Amino acid sequence: MPLWLDLTIRVVAVVVGFLTLPLIVGQAEHKVMAHMQGRLGPMYAGGYHGWAQLVADGVKFVQKEDIAPRDADRRVFRLAPLVALFPYLLVLLAIPLGPDLVAQPLDVGLFFVLAVLGVGVLAVLMSAWASANKYSLLGGLRGAAQLLGYELPLVLAAASVAMAAGTLSLPGIVEAWKPWWLLWQAPAAIIFFIAGLAEIRRPPFDMPIADSELVFGYMTEYTGLRFAFFLLAEYVGIIVIAALTTVLFLGGWHGPLSDQLGWLWTLLKIFALSFVIIWLRVTYPRLREDQLQRLCWLVLVPLALAQLVLTAAVKIAT
Amino acid sequence: MTDDGERGTPGKGLVQGLAVTLKTMTKRSTTRQYPDVEPELPPRSRGVIALLEENCTVCMLCARECPDWCIYIDSHKEEVVVPGAARARQRNVLDRFDIDFSLCMYCGICIEVCPFDALHWTPEFEYAETDVLDLLHDKNRLGEWMRTVPPPPAHDVLGEPSKEEATAARKAAGPGAATAAKTNVRRASPTTAERPNRAAQAQPEPPEQPQ
Ligand code: SF4
Ligand code: SF4
Repeated sequence: MPLWLDLTIRVVAVVVGFLTLPLIVGQAEHKVMAHMQGRLGPMYAGGYHGWAQLVADGVKFVQKEDIAPRDADRRVFRLAPLVALFPYLLVLLAIPLGPDLVAQPLDVGLFFVLAVLGVGVLAVLMSAWASANKYSLLGGLRGAAQLLGYELPLVLAAASVAMAAGTLSLPGIVEAWKPWWLLWQAPAAIIFFIAGLAEIRRPPFDMPIADSELVFGYMTEYTGLRFAFFLLAEYVGIIVIAALTTVLFLGGWHGPLSDQLGWLWTLLKIFALSFVIIWLRVTYPRLREDQLQRLCWLVLVPLALAQLVLTAAVKIAT
Repeated sequence: MTDDGERGTPGKGLVQGLAVTLKTMTKRSTTRQYPDVEPELPPRSRGVIALLEENCTVCMLCARECPDWCIYIDSHKEEVVVPGAARARQRNVLDRFDIDFSLCMYCGICIEVCPFDALHWTPEFEYAETDVLDLLHDKNRLGEWMRTVPPPPAHDVLGEPSKEEATAARKAAGPGAATAAKTNVRRASPTTAERPNRAAQAQPEPPEQPQ
């Protein structure tokens, strides 16, 4: 296969996954959230139980006027949604679905993924500052504090599993994974998942958005397609966090019949985790800013450090 | 999370919260899909007021008792010559009977107060209009609602028989048989009482109303 064809197929596959998976998660969120609240959710769009609701939403977003506030820093303002969206696309490139099913196998996959995820904070700050709106600015600063804070437990937890596996490559980590790691790395898995939730600013960690006090945080001034990009970024974020947790801690494609159905196992685990993310959103109220920072610095960071020590100890002992 | 020490096991509340949402998800949702599925209204729902024009004697009681003054009645008198009678009788003829449903507060006083059972509740409720003036229903429109009036609730089996029934039964049984008549009526009523008793107890039957 010529190189360019190979490349095109990989990129197209990732883009398709990038566009469909968030839609599935978004629709699932509509429905799951509705039923958890004793409602039905969308019922009309598309005919059967509102399956086309998000498509309709997309069409609506495209039709809307694209407004930039007068005092906004236009170039930065316009660029921010893309900066929010793009890192996730890059992350998806490096996530393996099956043993050979990865768009771009990287030796330093974990490092790459964490580094690219860190770009998210830039988008928040860009949109917040460029909007020339005090609510946006407040939301952006909260977002920056939160993202920088939670980056630490996220990286420490990931480092623990990388240390256990002795490799930074994502397929390598899944290869090295054993079922008993579920126990050994459980604290790291929980820390990673919680910190990941905070990284994608999902409720209960949506203090930067906090629509009841900050209008819509750093997204206040966005409309139309650019706003849709931010929303899309949120849902791709769910996929990315669920996928990373799956790959790092839940053994990716390991499972019965993993030779043929490995990719299915990965997808299944990703969707299960996405469900948990939605479930958490419906259940818990938003954490206050101080509670949020306390949870990060006084609970997650020490726990992550302890897990690192434990991992190192077990590694040396065996 | 870090706030109070009164709670028992840490994290118990968090788990309970998750359980609540999960349990709710597995239950049927309470959403009524109204325009697609007709709502199941309780019997005797107060939707709109129907007018049985033939019963109305233009006594004006309803219009006077209405707290909102939203019943408008006009009438004129008519001479009716009854053959054989000494002189012509006078009769009220209804010209106009309007209820303004943009003012009505559905208190039901007009229906309670009408001595001749000319006004009735019906459970129809889909008469919203885009213009508030169209909510003034004239007597034809009020008369059309009569079709939707549910039959009156059955007589309470354990209650006393109504005056009319009792007299009729007494007449039928002949002189001096008052007690027999009562038992007769008791036996007869369950066949007519097919509707649930709940409705019968909620609202007294029209014939029992004080005149
Ligand atoms: S229901 Fe009450 S407010 Fe409405 S017309 Fe009758 S008396 Fe007036
Ligand atoms: S109270 Fe009854 S009879 Fe009297 S005017 Fe009103 S509707 Fe007619």
